[in-house]
Amino acid sequence: MKADQVLDAKGLACPMPIVKTKKAINQLEAGQILEVQTTDKGANGDLTAWAKSMGHTLLNAKEEDEIFTFYIQKG
Amino acid sequence: MTEQKKKTTIILFSGDYDKAMAAYIIANGAAAYDHEVIIFHTFWGLNALRKDEPLALKKGLLEKMFAKMMPRGSDKMGLSNMNFAGMGPKMIKHVMKKHNAMTLPQLIEMAQEQDVKLIACTMTMDLLGLQQEELLDGIEYAGVAAYLADAEEGNVNLFI
Repeated sequence: MKADQVLDAKGLACPMPIVKTKKAINQLEAGQILEVQTTDKGANGDLTAWAKSMGHTLLNAKEEDEIFTFYIQKG
Repeated sequence: MTEQKKKTTIILFSGDYDKAMAAYIIANGAAAYDHEVIIFHTFWGLNALRKDEPLALKKGLLEKMFAKMMPRGSDKMGLSNMNFAGMGPKMIKHVMKKHNAMTLPQLIEMAQEQDVKLIACTMTMDLLGLQQEELLDGIEYAGVAAYLADAEEGNVNLFI
């Protein structure tokens, strides 16, 4: 999946992944896709709930070598 | 987005490092949810807003004693549990560093960056002998009515 912007939030602990994701998505236009990489184990629940509440779409989420990658389309 | 922002209001009453940390993590999270966030600091929670350097201010004897006995700034606050006469905070800060967690002073800075409104309760400032010069810049001063005006429109409301 091709993202318009990539956010490296690896190594950051709660609440930083969500704070950084919000800042990054503010820079995007509606319809653009943000890729978020994080190592925070709570990120799946956090980003899923956050995207839903904010009206964004979580297109895809995957885990590889303890790195979680999310693709969020701005709503 | 034309709809009105949701609101999170938090009363920070405690002067414990861990409880203040919880309050500020929730505040930063709520700000990321695009909420308007207000933290109302009262009693021991005011210490989170103190500057860390001592200032030469005119104070009475009791006020001077309070100033000495209370933590000067968020970094000097103790833990609500397992404080061990100051060893607890040292241990937890070590662990936090290992896990790359934000410290309380960093969380407060981040909250200010995210436009979280920090309010100091003026009545309890008087009781504890705290003056505006001793508290962080960029905060607001108010009482219970201002807090309630925000809280009655609030979607999330916490007392910590």
